[in-house]
Amino acid sequence: MARQPMGLLEAIILAVLAASTPLLLAAAGELVVERAGVLNLGVEGMMIMGAACAFAGAYATGSTLVGALCGMLAGAVLSAIFAVLTLGLAVNQVATGLALTILGIGLSGLIGAGFVGEKIVPAPQLYLPFLTDLPFVGRILFGQDALDYFSLALIAAIRWFIYRTRTGLVLRAVGDNHSSAHALGYPVLTIRTFAVLFGGACAGLGGAYLPLAYTPFFIPGMTAGRGWIALALVVFASWLPGRLVAGAYLFGAVTILQLHAQGAGFGIPSQLMSSLPYLATIVVLVVISRARGTMRSASPASLGLAFVPDR
Amino acid sequence: MRLALEPRAERSAAAAIASPLIAIALTLATMALLFALIGKSPFAALWVYFIDPLTDPYSLQEIAVKATPLVMIALGLSLCYLANVWNIGAEGQFLIGAVAGSWLAVKTNGTGAGHWVMPAMLALGALGGALYALIPAICKVKFGASEILTSLMLVYVADFFLDYLVRGPWRDPKGYNFPTTPDFDPVATVPILIEGSRVHAGALVALLAVAAAMLVLGRTIKGFEIKVVGSAPKAARFAGFDAGQLTILTFLVSGALAGLSGIIEVAGPVGNLRPNISPGYGFTAIIVAFLGRVNPIGILIAGLFLALTFIGGEQAQISMRIPLDLTKVFQGILLFYVLACDSLILYRLRLMPGHGKAAHGTP
Repeated sequence: MARQPMGLLEAIILAVLAASTPLLLAAAGELVVERAGVLNLGVEGMMIMGAACAFAGAYATGSTLVGALCGMLAGAVLSAIFAVLTLGLAVNQVATGLALTILGIGLSGLIGAGFVGEKIVPAPQLYLPFLTDLPFVGRILFGQDALDYFSLALIAAIRWFIYRTRTGLVLRAVGDNHSSAHALGYPVLTIRTFAVLFGGACAGLGGAYLPLAYTPFFIPGMTAGRGWIALALVVFASWLPGRLVAGAYLFGAVTILQLHAQGAGFGIPSQLMSSLPYLATIVVLVVISRARGTMRSASPASLGLAFVPDR
Repeated sequence: MRLALEPRAERSAAAAIASPLIAIALTLATMALLFALIGKSPFAALWVYFIDPLTDPYSLQEIAVKATPLVMIALGLSLCYLANVWNIGAEGQFLIGAVAGSWLAVKTNGTGAGHWVMPAMLALGALGGALYALIPAICKVKFGASEILTSLMLVYVADFFLDYLVRGPWRDPKGYNFPTTPDFDPVATVPILIEGSRVHAGALVALLAVAAAMLVLGRTIKGFEIKVVGSAPKAARFAGFDAGQLTILTFLVSGALAGLSGIIEVAGPVGNLRPNISPGYGFTAIIVAFLGRVNPIGILIAGLFLALTFIGGEQAQISMRIPLDLTKVFQGILLFYVLACDSLILYRLRLMPGHGKAAHGTP
């Protein structure tokens, strides 16, 4: 069935949504990790591994779903290494996260080398008769791919889990004061391990989105710092899941608008436009950090601190 | 039975020396496994990676050339890490230092300027790197923004800025549209140390930096302050040490060293400004700092070792068609093992009776 021609605004909104989804997926996982008191800086490495393995899986089987699962598995496996070091051996989390990123970038290059130049079938987009054909809002609301909807459902699920379940309460307690949580008999390291694995799977899925739905091929380094921007998003959201959505769309908008501005020319160097998402991240971090005293924030008190249980 | 960590009463001196060596041994074992997995003979591959470069004079010189920026950057980073400040944007400071110094080389190109040009370029490079590092430091101290994220974001920005310059205003008009500046004049070039080789005076600067770092950390009050602020923040506050000021200072010094190594790299081995002047020195230097146990002599040795991995990786790619990305994998694995082994300096692994649950739980 032929679709109506798209207006520019509709096209921009669709592109913004697509650019936001990988950020939202990765940031959602990292938010849970950080609420449990662990700072995993390896998001970039887990995302790029997710991208490489998702492409490999989808290429081998022709299935987007298998690709997405491969991406999640890759992210989770990398995060398991992180968990062994930071939780099992109480190693510094910042340094381990950096190591994870270096390793992930190298490994993804190794895995992806054979796939450069290959193409896969992009993830199918939802099509509901009548609804998707509605003018303007049809494609935006009813014409996305499954991962776009999943990312929003994930945020809702995380909100429910953190604030409405007993395990979520324990997770927050572990993140805010691991010594007290331990004294109360809660298994601090077990909870943190599950949180880290969950975060890894989410980062892997965020990376998987890039070759599965964003561009149907794999390029080494295609995450281009999105993992770091996802980390900044968690700070932007003040560790509150609801705000992540706004933050992800904001960054998606910056990414897409600079691309359109580059296309339109304006005589501004393209390199300056390409730097905008990174510069925006710095500005946002400064503004949010400055306002921390005056606005609601859920910064976990034990964030980034190693915990060694006494007997 | 389960494994658990037990804090040691004192840092184990034996473990402190053994830990990097154990880490390297474990990394080599893992690499052998990886080589076997991609269908290469582990022994031959390891030989090409780690032994061949040491037997060939050209490769030995290249190791010195590659170790120069690694050691200089890692020395600066080690000051930051000692003070528990996380500058991970050294790659960006390296690029901006290269840009700042190259500005003078481009402006004086072909004007017959005197021998003052090269020293002035080095000063500009250090200044550029220091000022670029000042941005995350100020964001941290004044506004509390995470220096990890801001310093890393600035790497991307520096990369685009350098790209803009060499494709735009600074491009060599006679350069057949290649994105490079004109070749630097001899007065704008770091002199070669050994005739007929690529070893340049920057290697001496790196050695001087090692000596200076030893002096500062071992013999000065500032060095002491850095260590106290990093390892015992409460004690530092009682002693009246200003953590914010030290954050700015360590960022300035590490930025200056990264910037200086950046301009030395373009005014030395590279010869002009162009994109891709760094194979990731700023990130590899993080590994050097940790492998060298944030100690200047250790960093010198670790810098030479990681330079060896760059050279060995290139040779393995040429002679055995081993992908170059394996070098990054190697570096990542090495950092993991270094960090894991470091844990054994502070803790002892003990086999505990009982199972997963904490021993004090309800019966």
